[in-house]
Amino acid sequence: MNEEEKQLVEWLAEMNEDDALALAKRMLLEDGKDPLRVLELCRMAMDIVGKRFEEGEYFLPELVLAGEMLESIGAIAKPLIKQAPGEEAKKLGKILIGTVHGDLHDIGKNIVSFMLDINGFEVKDIGIDVPVTSFIEEINGYQPDVVGLSGFLTLAFDSMKETIAAIDGAGLRDKVKIMIGGGQIDETVRAYTGADAFGVNAVEAVNLCKGWMGAAA
Amino acid sequence: MSDDTPATEAYDRRWQRILDCVALKQPDRMPVAFYATFWLAKYGNISCRELMYDYEKIKEIAERAVLEFDPDVYSTLVLSTASGPSLEAIGFKQLQWPGHGVGDNQPYQYLDREYMKADEYDDFIFDPTGYYLHTYLPRVASAFEGFEDLPVFPGLHYFRLIAGMRSFAKPSVRAALEKVIAAAEEVERFAGHHAAFTARMGSLGYPCTNGATAVSPYDFIADYFRGARGMMTDIFRHKDKLLELLDKCSIFLLKQTVTAARASGNPVVFIPIHWAPDAFMSDKQFRQFWWPPFRKMLIGMIDAGLIPMPLWEADCTKRLEIIRDVPPGKCIYWFERTDMVRAFEVLGDVVALRGNLSPSMMTTGGPEEVDAAVRHLAENVFHKGGRLILDCAFGLPDETPVANVRAMFDAARKYAG
Repeated sequence: MNEEEKQLVEWLAEMNEDDALALAKRMLLEDGKDPLRVLELCRMAMDIVGKRFEEGEYFLPELVLAGEMLESIGAIAKPLIKQAPGEEAKKLGKILIGTVHGDLHDIGKNIVSFMLDINGFEVKDIGIDVPVTSFIEEINGYQPDVVGLSGFLTLAFDSMKETIAAIDGAGLRDKVKIMIGGGQIDETVRAYTGADAFGVNAVEAVNLCKGWMGAAA
Repeated sequence: MSDDTPATEAYDRRWQRILDCVALKQPDRMPVAFYATFWLAKYGNISCRELMYDYEKIKEIAERAVLEFDPDVYSTLVLSTASGPSLEAIGFKQLQWPGHGVGDNQPYQYLDREYMKADEYDDFIFDPTGYYLHTYLPRVASAFEGFEDLPVFPGLHYFRLIAGMRSFAKPSVRAALEKVIAAAEEVERFAGHHAAFTARMGSLGYPCTNGATAVSPYDFIADYFRGARGMMTDIFRHKDKLLELLDKCSIFLLKQTVTAARASGNPVVFIPIHWAPDAFMSDKQFRQFWWPPFRKMLIGMIDAGLIPMPLWEADCTKRLEIIRDVPPGKCIYWFERTDMVRAFEVLGDVVALRGNLSPSMMTTGGPEEVDAAVRHLAENVFHKGGRLILDCAFGLPDETPVANVRAMFDAARKYAG
């Protein structure tokens, strides 16, 4: 990694948005730097951000700002990628995620989706207040490795339980791992719903998925 | 009812238990609070929609519940539920409620959106009232649409004041004013039912847990103006303006809270806290953005003779040492997921405590588990000198089986008087 590359990683990891975006723009638009390399540098920065989050140095504001910085850089870099078909980076696994029926909350779910995405997973986010039947249809169509059920309200306990029972009833339970998350979720709720695991934050969700996919957490 | 003494005496005795807890004195028994919102629909076997719209039914069901469980204090049961007609009259856009975005049997839910744009800090800071009238109110409630055409009031004077009056003749402003007056009349009816219920319960010997509600400056801006994403990035992008606005909010929010609490005649101010949890920001961010403007409000409320009752949502264990910094014997700290024994260890000599039976246990467990959880709190907090008001983590979860509520109240009497 040259000095300039190191500088970009550092500024991104340090939440120095103005300098990081200016440098990334220059690298991409003026210096003709390989966009895939710039995106790789972004991922390296996100590894540092994720690590600092796990160590209790960073919190949600840093995850959200990092997400927005990456979005901005991605919007410039992605159209510049000249990639032959089939050359796309191999994803670690496919994750289907949504907020269960009756619940409209999505802040936590969106952060989990973003963290899974930048950690190399293919993520399909099917939104909020998702009926049981939509989960079944999406599992059949999308064929995910992991299903993430999100919910903030206590009513989500029953919605999650119903969704998991329906997945089981459709003969799909053995095909997917199921994780749940949200403000009120704990081991009692995990046992009640029949999920495989629960997570209290986005990094835990990433680690659960990495564990299931056999990737190093 | 367990008390067969006259209502006023029963009322005073119940209320004294709360005041004793606040003053860090041992009450004659562990007080128990009855806080419910949409659980009342389950209890009364009606839909959430009916609960939000039928003033008479909610009063009847709420009274029945209070008499059955015989708590020391009950929450604002009518005010917290029967807002349907008012929300409709105001054209409230920040909530979805039964019949308006969610099903008849679902509780209302808040819509996290950006209601104030990042480049509007200067407008809000310079003239909060003007920002409210011209920008914020029409955005959050349709009754106010048309207020954009009101004049800019500061600067109107002499004949310019006369000229400024022309705005009120505009069809958009007239229509808005008519809608606002109609909405105000509905809200007045709503408030009347709340007052009637409070008076009725008072005559039966039951005090209401709080009069007014308030909000912390940070939560006010995060929840109701900038939205979650906006607020979390403003910490970096608009740090100075955010700090300036938070400080300004602490002044007008305090003023409004003191006025509302005094009008209610009840000194306890309920303050649900959303953005303080350990996971939401670093210690440094908490000390810089969240705590100072809120502490300023707490001290202001205490100076005005009020009893602040913040409900610290989620897990706030890492904040305990910081939020200890209030005068002793003046506040009730209600905890949602913070371990109550730990809270007692850190704060037991400073504040009364409230809470915190787990929502997952209350909804998915059985009466024996409820009994054991109450016993744990009674033995490890109340009997060890903690001034605990027993409640659930955030009142009764909507799905709680009635048998578990009975178990909660029975166990409180069994283990703590």
